[in-house]
Amino acid sequence: MSSPEQWTHPEPDAAPAATAAKPTAEQVIAGLRATDEGGADLVQLLTPEGERVTHPDFDIDITPEELRGLYRDMVLIRRVDREANALQRKGQLGIWVPLLGQEAAQIGAGRAMRETDMAFPSYREHGIAWTRGINPTELLGIFRGTDQGTWDPVEKRFHPYTIVIGNQVLNAAGYAMGQKFDGKVGDDEGEATMCFFGDGATSQGDVHEGFVWAAVYDAPLVFFCQNNQWAISEPTERQSRLPLYQRARGYGFPGIRVDGNDVLATLAVTKWALDECRHGNGPILIEAFTYRMDAHTTSDDPTRYRLSDELEMWKLKDPIERVKVYLVRQQWADSEFFESVEADADELGEELREFCTNMPDPPAERIFSNVYAEGNPNLEAQRDEFLDYVSGFAGGEH
Amino acid sequence: MAAPTMDRSTAAAPATPVQTLTISKALNMGLRAAMEANPKVIMMGEDIGKLGGVFRITDGLQKDFGEQRVLDTPLAESGIIGTAVGLAIRGYRPVCEIQFDGFIFPGFDQIVSQVAKLHYRTQGKIKMPIVIRVPFGGGIGAVEHHSESPESYFAHTAGLKVVSCSNPSDAYWMIQQAIDCDDPVLFFEPKRRYYEKGEVDTTSAPGKLFESRVLRQGTDATLVAYGPMVRTALDAANAASEDGTSLEVIDLRTLSPLDLAPVFESVRRTGRLVVVSEAPSESSIASEIAAKVQQECFYSLQAPVLRVTGFDTPYPPSKLEEEFLPDLDRVLHAVDRSLAW
Repeated sequence: MSSPEQWTHPEPDAAPAATAAKPTAEQVIAGLRATDEGGADLVQLLTPEGERVTHPDFDIDITPEELRGLYRDMVLIRRVDREANALQRKGQLGIWVPLLGQEAAQIGAGRAMRETDMAFPSYREHGIAWTRGINPTELLGIFRGTDQGTWDPVEKRFHPYTIVIGNQVLNAAGYAMGQKFDGKVGDDEGEATMCFFGDGATSQGDVHEGFVWAAVYDAPLVFFCQNNQWAISEPTERQSRLPLYQRARGYGFPGIRVDGNDVLATLAVTKWALDECRHGNGPILIEAFTYRMDAHTTSDDPTRYRLSDELEMWKLKDPIERVKVYLVRQQWADSEFFESVEADADELGEELREFCTNMPDPPAERIFSNVYAEGNPNLEAQRDEFLDYVSGFAGGEH
Repeated sequence: MAAPTMDRSTAAAPATPVQTLTISKALNMGLRAAMEANPKVIMMGEDIGKLGGVFRITDGLQKDFGEQRVLDTPLAESGIIGTAVGLAIRGYRPVCEIQFDGFIFPGFDQIVSQVAKLHYRTQGKIKMPIVIRVPFGGGIGAVEHHSESPESYFAHTAGLKVVSCSNPSDAYWMIQQAIDCDDPVLFFEPKRRYYEKGEVDTTSAPGKLFESRVLRQGTDATLVAYGPMVRTALDAANAASEDGTSLEVIDLRTLSPLDLAPVFESVRRTGRLVVVSEAPSESSIASEIAAKVQQECFYSLQAPVLRVTGFDTPYPPSKLEEEFLPDLDRVLHAVDRSLAW
């Protein structure tokens, strides 16, 4: 099912993946109607009601233990998100970028990756960071203003958060080209790269160029677009006439829309896409159809541009609740399990608060450090002059 | 990632250690030597493979090193730079060719947002050993966007290093040194001087990359130039000497970091400085030199620092470029004004 031929020469299909209930682009842009249906092509394995369904192309065998693990991941990263949001409200962080609602998209994608795969995140990828083994405390400095990300991107295979929209897509394409040039693509031991970006980013030239580069160099790259329906205040209809996953066809590689609130489907589709890439059949675009349940950042006010009933609609599709329902119904988890996860979340929250409030400000020298790998005598002179000036105040009144 | 040691004696030593080469050929040989010395060095750009680049600087490299080391890329400058970033993270040392100066701007975002800042953002955990080659400057009768001097934008950006060669020996050695450098280097090539010849000693580098150099000693005034204007400055000094005026000429070579110690030393002797550059003068390299020289040499100056530059306009239609570009007469006119101050 995965041959590029099939995707690059699809059946002519005039009918868009829409239902009669689907709002028009004009209605969405005007704020009159919301988009919450992913359409007929949406890959789903666990319904919002917690029912396990099958899909002809994508399925996954999941053990109770694995599903409990995914549930735990999602609960914990949601707690990290809520704690950090609260820390911003208390003045401990300058800003926070909430992931609320996107837990399944990120945990599903992140847990599909192998240690040898590489990830290039945008700035909302706290769940991906979690799956790469990065302590959530390492995210705080970026938003408190003490650093710009402290993890080792090479060791963790998790690039620094990229804030300029879409830049990282080209960086990821280059990295994936390097994996190919290094001979690390072509069998089951192959490497692959994942690149994360949002619906708004798809309008950026860099994302388009990333699609072109990855395609013409057959790069082992999974483009993972979290369509959370909103780019700050602009709905996806303002970025595209076409469902985003269908864009891939124009570049000559597969595009798949997955229910981004379904951790199982996201895991299954992403695993498949990564395997295709590591075998040399990349690139692939995945559009995870999800919803940003909170503001763009703590500085944003979504009540100015979207209806609250849209949020209520999406709350019914919560990514965590459906897994909980399924775990209970299958008797794969008992109350003891859920209580232990809550306890872990409480502990994590406390660790985060404790860490955040005790983070020291960086020293003044940090302004000048590591601008260059091989130094710059003029900059060093500027630094020394400034530090000399600062030291003049030492112990004095100023 | 430290660059592997480059053994120049065996890497690419041609039969004759001292050869007369054009800047164009010297760059080509320098790139070849760098590719032979380190398998991680790759070339990226538009038309650089089979065609050898529109100026033939990469001539023959794809044939000898393959399509995986000399990449004819899709036509998008942000893509060239943005994928070079990823390749650098992966351990490669990309050398990107921007076909013409005026086409670098689609890549500007990647250069200033990622190439320049990743080392700082990660506090040294990621290095960006990328060279961005830019044929720059006017004087070739070209259409718009083919004759610009955008170096100040990059010298203004922390995290980047910016150099410009003016002669074949520097072309051969500086390009290799830039590729060896663990910092990103913008490498500005004087396109209208590509076919000027000079001697190149391929056995040892005559100096370091980030150093200015006194090319001609003099006593009455100092001329500072870089890239294509070095030839103009030397010609002016020759002409002045026939009138009994002794001009010192300094080739800046490095624009960021600036190496102004030789300039300060010179100005303290001559008391007069004229800076020559094709770029518009406002907020330029020439401005920065003027500011630093007045700060360091205040009591030595016999006249204000003068700048002979392109005008503060877009690059004009090429029938007017002779008037736009500094030439020997405009340089000497400035020298006269300085001497008469």
